[in-house]
Amino acid sequence: MSAVTMTTTTAFPNTAAEWQLPSRGKVAMAGLIIAESAIFTIFVVAYLFYLGKSISGPTPREVLETPIFYTICLMSSSLTIHLAAKCLARGIGFAFLGFWLLTIALGGLFLYGTAEEWHRLIYEHGLTISTNLFGTTYYSLVGLHAFHVTAGLIMLVTVAVFGLSGRVGEKHSSRIDVLSMYWHFVDAVWVVVFTVVYVLGR
Amino acid sequence: MSSNAITIPGAQIEARPWVDELHQWLTTVDHKRLGILYVLSALLFLAIGGVEALIIRIQLMRPHNDFVSPEVFNRMFTMHGTTMIFFVAMPVLFGFANYLVPLMIGARDMAFPRLNAFSFWLSFLGALLLYFSFLGGSGLYGAGSAPDVGWWSYAPLSARAFSPGHSSDYWTLALLVSGFGSIGTAINIIATILCLRCPGMKLNRMPLLVWMNLVMAGMVLLAITPLSAAQIMLLIDRYLGGHFFDTQAGGSAVLWMHFFWIFGHPEVYVLIIPCFAFMSEIIPVFSRKPIFGYPVMVAATVCIAFVSMSVWAHHMFTIGMNSYANSFFTLTTMAVGVPTGIKIFNWIGTMWGGTIQFKTPMLFSIAFLFQFLIAGLTGIMMAASPFDWQLSLSYFVVAHFHYVIVGGILFALFAAFYYWYPKMTGRMLSERLGKWHFWLFLIGFHLTFDVMHIPGMLGMPRRIYTYEPGRGWDTLNFIITVGAFIQALAILVFLANLVMSYFKGARAGNDPWDAWTLEWSISSPPPAYNFATVPTVGSRRPLWDLKHPEDPDSRYE
Amino acid sequence: MSMLEKYSTVRVLGQTILLLFWSAMTVWANEPKGSSSHGTNIFAPASTPAKSIADLSVFVLVITGIIFVVVFGLLVYSVVKFRGRSMDAGREPAQVYGSTQIELAWTIIPILIVVVLFLATARVIHAIQDAPEPTGAVQVTAIGHQYWWEFRYPKLGIVTANELHIPVSDPSRPTPTFLQLLSADTDHSFWVPELAGKTDLIPNHPNRMWMDPQRTGVFLGQCAQYCGTQHAKMLLRVSVDGPEEFAAWVRAQQSLAVEDTGAIAGKRVFESNACMNCHAVAGTAADGRFGPDLTHLMSRATIAAGAAENTQKNLRLWIQDPSAIKPGSLMPAIKLSDADLDAVVSYMETLR
Repeated sequence: MSAVTMTTTTAFPNTAAEWQLPSRGKVAMAGLIIAESAIFTIFVVAYLFYLGKSISGPTPREVLETPIFYTICLMSSSLTIHLAAKCLARGIGFAFLGFWLLTIALGGLFLYGTAEEWHRLIYEHGLTISTNLFGTTYYSLVGLHAFHVTAGLIMLVTVAVFGLSGRVGEKHSSRIDVLSMYWHFVDAVWVVVFTVVYVLGR
Repeated sequence: MSSNAITIPGAQIEARPWVDELHQWLTTVDHKRLGILYVLSALLFLAIGGVEALIIRIQLMRPHNDFVSPEVFNRMFTMHGTTMIFFVAMPVLFGFANYLVPLMIGARDMAFPRLNAFSFWLSFLGALLLYFSFLGGSGLYGAGSAPDVGWWSYAPLSARAFSPGHSSDYWTLALLVSGFGSIGTAINIIATILCLRCPGMKLNRMPLLVWMNLVMAGMVLLAITPLSAAQIMLLIDRYLGGHFFDTQAGGSAVLWMHFFWIFGHPEVYVLIIPCFAFMSEIIPVFSRKPIFGYPVMVAATVCIAFVSMSVWAHHMFTIGMNSYANSFFTLTTMAVGVPTGIKIFNWIGTMWGGTIQFKTPMLFSIAFLFQFLIAGLTGIMMAASPFDWQLSLSYFVVAHFHYVIVGGILFALFAAFYYWYPKMTGRMLSERLGKWHFWLFLIGFHLTFDVMHIPGMLGMPRRIYTYEPGRGWDTLNFIITVGAFIQALAILVFLANLVMSYFKGARAGNDPWDAWTLEWSISSPPPAYNFATVPTVGSRRPLWDLKHPEDPDSRYE
Repeated sequence: MSMLEKYSTVRVLGQTILLLFWSAMTVWANEPKGSSSHGTNIFAPASTPAKSIADLSVFVLVITGIIFVVVFGLLVYSVVKFRGRSMDAGREPAQVYGSTQIELAWTIIPILIVVVLFLATARVIHAIQDAPEPTGAVQVTAIGHQYWWEFRYPKLGIVTANELHIPVSDPSRPTPTFLQLLSADTDHSFWVPELAGKTDLIPNHPNRMWMDPQRTGVFLGQCAQYCGTQHAKMLLRVSVDGPEEFAAWVRAQQSLAVEDTGAIAGKRVFESNACMNCHAVAGTAADGRFGPDLTHLMSRATIAAGAAENTQKNLRLWIQDPSAIKPGSLMPAIKLSDADLDAVVSYMETLR
């Protein structure tokens, strides 16, 4: 149990006083975002590769309707979560909670929109994951994104529960920042998915 | 393991019941214990994967042999490859990273100790899931079968139509689960290195092992995830009626290949870069000189990481890509050999002018240099795609990648075992047994894998459960099998050394090798908290500065 | 010396080495020299693509050989010269941290080597892959199945299996064979080492390859891409025939099945069991495409894609129980009585 003390008389530069390293939560979330981006990239590549290659069944142009409203909902939720985080950092608990719940509502609305679209595609147009290549790649990509939105919403609701019972304060600000990084990522992925599926793909 | 408590003179220490000890191990979040769990798990699967290899070699010992049926043989090579890559090589390297990285940067533990434990158990669960397939997977020909689609699980062979039953699903799920564990560990390593370094340890003062594990972890994030994505697609095809790889519906078998090799090629660099890390720590210590060209070694590693993400289709030279694509991948594959070669030169440059000590870690390191050189050169041969149109899918490739994995990775791992075992256990491994291990393994390795190149050049494809006599392959295959058994013997010597030295090995002090990185400044084994006071460093070799205050490294950096 | 001249010198050197290699490999392969059955040695090329590859390979081997000798030499030298001696105990050697000049040198030289290797390689890639198809070429469509090869000659109206016949090609008036490669199920790979590099047969992904064998004889190979249980026994026999022999073979293959009244009983067994669901015999009611075409079965030296010699005994065993010869093959065991079995074997033997 010897511990060699390194603090000898030599004064090393960059010692404890000025030693600043990045926050581990943010670095870890950045790592997760990088990994998830790679997964989404592969699904996007498959979607783009198979555009126009279905040998039967409905085509994107025939059945897709651009979900402008729900996209605006999701994009706004990025703004509201950003505002929520800023409020929390300044200690304005009430505003934080308000914006946070608004974020959840907007995210939930987006998921509802996805569900509505899928219902229409399945029951009105007969497009399922096994119908053709378009069906497979569409439901996989949009579904993967929706799964990530759902996972994010679960985390947001968890925080809301703690927040509503008064347990979230200024000292949790950095953790909220990390979570909002994830939410921004989910929104950024939607920008890509939206462009690929509803703009390029038609 | 010792209990790591500070002894109070005169106090009485109660012996802990073994269930308690077991519980400690099963619930640990300590990076050192998790590191050891990773290593022990890897050793277990090394033995199992090795037995699978011996079964393969016995079957191929002579033409038209009937030691095992074709179905069993096909499962053996699938399981051997999958086990060795995912449940031996990756875990053992994560284990060493887990153990050493916090110690080398003067940290208390990894950034996320509970995520660390979770990642380990995910990885172990994946292995158990894969091996459960022997009991639970059912194929067309009867109950109970492991996957038999090769470790690449190429579509459409792995599609429902050609692999009914669940055996290939065990492959997919086991790797999906352990893949998430790997991503967790990679995130942990990156966060630890970027956020927990002790004061004074700027990025350009980190030991090379730390640098290389950082690069490796970054690659894991970008390499494992394409495989996970492809596996999700395969499951969608097999269970939800998807058509990702369904050629009857216009799907593409080639797409699976691209996705798999976008994972598969960087994966092999994920495996070798930590071994470069071991070499970069061990060779300087046993040459008694600092690593030659530290900044270039860092730059070369980062360069390899980037370039290696652009070479994947050299595994696909025979699938009929056009001449421009083939030329592109030839160029990038040859190019990635440049930074790799630079590293070999730097290691030799480290030995040059030194005072080389031929302890067991150094023996394995020198063999690594020799073998990795050859492996790299056979890689360059196959980078020339026309040459690869003959060599691909033959035993030449099998010889090449075993040269890298066994001759490179495993030899570097043996060096690392002999070097850090004293730190982990407080005992030295036996030098005598170590030398027996080394020479036996060296002979067996070369007997098997040098010779194995020849049947490849004589037209022997891989993944065949038997072959025709009279093509010149017969005697060569027999020799290869003999070498395999010699290697098995050497592994037994190694395992015996690990066990016997634990109980009877000479006590190692803090710093048996007179080395220079932070882990040698604390006891062997280290206390649970690692460092009693947070160290502060002023150079790349903090212990050199302490031992040579008249001429510290900090003066030259 | 210009790059071209340097390449020529290396070529001469390379061809000498190629000769030595070929001799060494031939010894290893224990093939009697001058026999009509060739081996599977990538350094014994008998066709232009295989030869271009072999020549490039020697060039690459020479360069990598030189690199090996230099680096290995440095390694051995450093291990010997700088080994620790007892008199060094207690003293550390000079602590050298690096050298920018040396780093530059051993960066630039490898880059140059890569450029040279790449240029030499790119030439061969284009020469082989982008070769135009001359008018005299024979066209074959190869379709990979689990675990046999279907060969069709669309312009000649021939369908056969497992054993390919192609004409020898005279360099002055080339008659190469161009193959289109398709697959009916999983991935396969067509590899006859002495005739060409391998190219895969991938479903929904047609490929193209060519060969122009310049020696007659039988060339061996096998499937090189793992395709399932019996991947190991999906063998290839390529018979390179002289021009008259090839023409005779074509005529024979184009004809309908021989009608032998002595085999009517066997033909009836064949047509009333499941056989004709999978197999075709031209000129009869049997028109199945899942299994090999049997119209000229007796013209083949082997059955079951090379798994057994084409003898009466093997034929009988194969029909009785395919898994005795090739377990995992997709041909079911049709449970015929002994009398029916003998009859159908006799019928098979009439399909010349």
